Amino acid sequence: MNQSRTLTLLMVVPALLMVVGLFVVPLLASMESAFATGEGYGFAHFAKAIELYGRDILYTLGIVSLSAVLIALLSIAIGGTLTLSGNRRLVAVLAAVYRWPLFIPFIVAAQCMRTFLAKNGLMNNALMSADVITPLEAVSFLDWSGIVFAFVWKQTAFATLMIAGAMAAMERSQIQAAANLGAGKARILFQIILPQVSGTVGVALILSIVTMLSVLSVPLMIGTGTPTMLTADMAFRISSYGDYGVANALGFISWLMTAGLAWYYLRFSMRNQQQSLKGGAA
Amino acid sequence: MMQTASHEDSVIEGSAGKGFQLRFPAGIAGVAIQALLILLLAVAIFGPLLNLLLWAVAEVWYFPHKLPVTYGTKYWEQVFSPTSDAFSSLMTSVIIALTTVFVCLLVSVPAGYALARRSMPVRALVMLLFLMPQAFPNLAVYMNIARLFYELGLNGTIAGVVLVHAVHGLVFSVWITVAAFSGVDEDLEKAARNLGASPLRTFFTITLPQALPGILAASIFVFLESLDEFTGTFFVGAPDVITLPMLLYNASMEGNYQIASITALILLVPSILFMLVVEKFMRPEMLARIGK
Repeated sequence: MNQSRTLTLLMVVPALLMVVGLFVVPLLASMESAFATGEGYGFAHFAKAIELYGRDILYTLGIVSLSAVLIALLSIAIGGTLTLSGNRRLVAVLAAVYRWPLFIPFIVAAQCMRTFLAKNGLMNNALMSADVITPLEAVSFLDWSGIVFAFVWKQTAFATLMIAGAMAAMERSQIQAAANLGAGKARILFQIILPQVSGTVGVALILSIVTMLSVLSVPLMIGTGTPTMLTADMAFRISSYGDYGVANALGFISWLMTAGLAWYYLRFSMRNQQQSLKGGAA
Repeated sequence: MMQTASHEDSVIEGSAGKGFQLRFPAGIAGVAIQALLILLLAVAIFGPLLNLLLWAVAEVWYFPHKLPVTYGTKYWEQVFSPTSDAFSSLMTSVIIALTTVFVCLLVSVPAGYALARRSMPVRALVMLLFLMPQAFPNLAVYMNIARLFYELGLNGTIAGVVLVHAVHGLVFSVWITVAAFSGVDEDLEKAARNLGASPLRTFFTITLPQALPGILAASIFVFLESLDEFTGTFFVGAPDVITLPMLLYNASMEGNYQIASITALILLVPSILFMLVVEKFMRPEMLARIGK
């Protein structure tokens, strides 16, 4: 028994060492560096970070919140259509269309948007050709709106996949019962389906928010000029000044933004895991 | 063929969803609105990709021309000439991705087996630890890995980039291999042991073959994750290790949209192949079964 314990431990240790050495240690180092000042610990880096990048903190919060709301609306609408539409052909087309961005890397998405949303990009050209706008009205979307577009474009596929999956797993009979009692599609979506998939919606959004707060390529390639997102500020702080204190303080602030969310996420996935363990044992 | 299909459809709907038929008449207006919205979505999704394709085959394209002035493959020849930066980046990327898969499997297969099979204290906590890199915005972690690697002389080396990619890939490889080993029939292992096979032989001839599809899936995830990774390479590898995403970024920032777009297309190929291969596994109905 004892020997088997040792063996088990030996099998897990290399993987554990990697996560500890390459994730936990740098994470702790980052937190330490955020608070470490010349004399002991304090909030000097945070004061400087807020003074220099206060506007970017708000800007980041705004972009991420707006993107999350749009992702939620779109993925619920797409999931709802996939579940409730009576037209099979439309459902098949929609299912084939929505998931394309899922496997497209962020850096590729950023390059697509950099050309598509530019002042002389395909979007403005198409709108001009269709006489929707005149050449003088064409503006570049390579600012906050482009970042939001790129995030929503990329993450909606992911959120929809999770949410539509949860909707498909629901008891079909409930929807039919509600329909038989006279509920319309919108009412079924909001009063029957959504309350039951709210956990999945939450997890999909949290994962998307964590992703948006981690992606560097999109703000670097689309959000040209000031203000910009915290990820770009951190990279700039390191590459131009080697200022780890302020960069790590900004990192800590972006962690605070997700800390509450991550807690909810871990709790939810633990509950899920317990359920799957029970399922596995049965 | 079409007739049979639609006949079957109506039979299914008739037997299973009478209420649907009564309450949700598929009105022409409703279908038209749905179709229009789906068309809009398709334009929003494929428009940016179309722009990328146009840049990849454009030799000359400047304002105010709405479409490229001349098309050609000049830049493709540039990218695929064996002496080009792009070609060496492709090689660097593939070598890094394959090594990352190897490193991840090397530590994940034993860990996955142990976590799936052997009773272990704080198992849930260990599993969560592997999930952590996904639950935190990881840019600040990369900055500090780079700082650590700088002291260790790992900055700007392939080994450093592989390690950074591997720790992120570990999330997939550990979780998927645990699931794969959990699905292996333990009675078969016991039977092999009873017939006199050694534990190692049992593992390699009975357990591993059954877990192989899951391990392959994990490898594909790790490979793609490494191939597409930008942020970690940006901090740890640049400017010495230029992977395809780094090349794309540099080309794009220099305004060389042709090279950037062709590089982007090269990155898209494995992703889209993977999407088509896993098409049948990615259906929402299938995903819903995971974790049940």
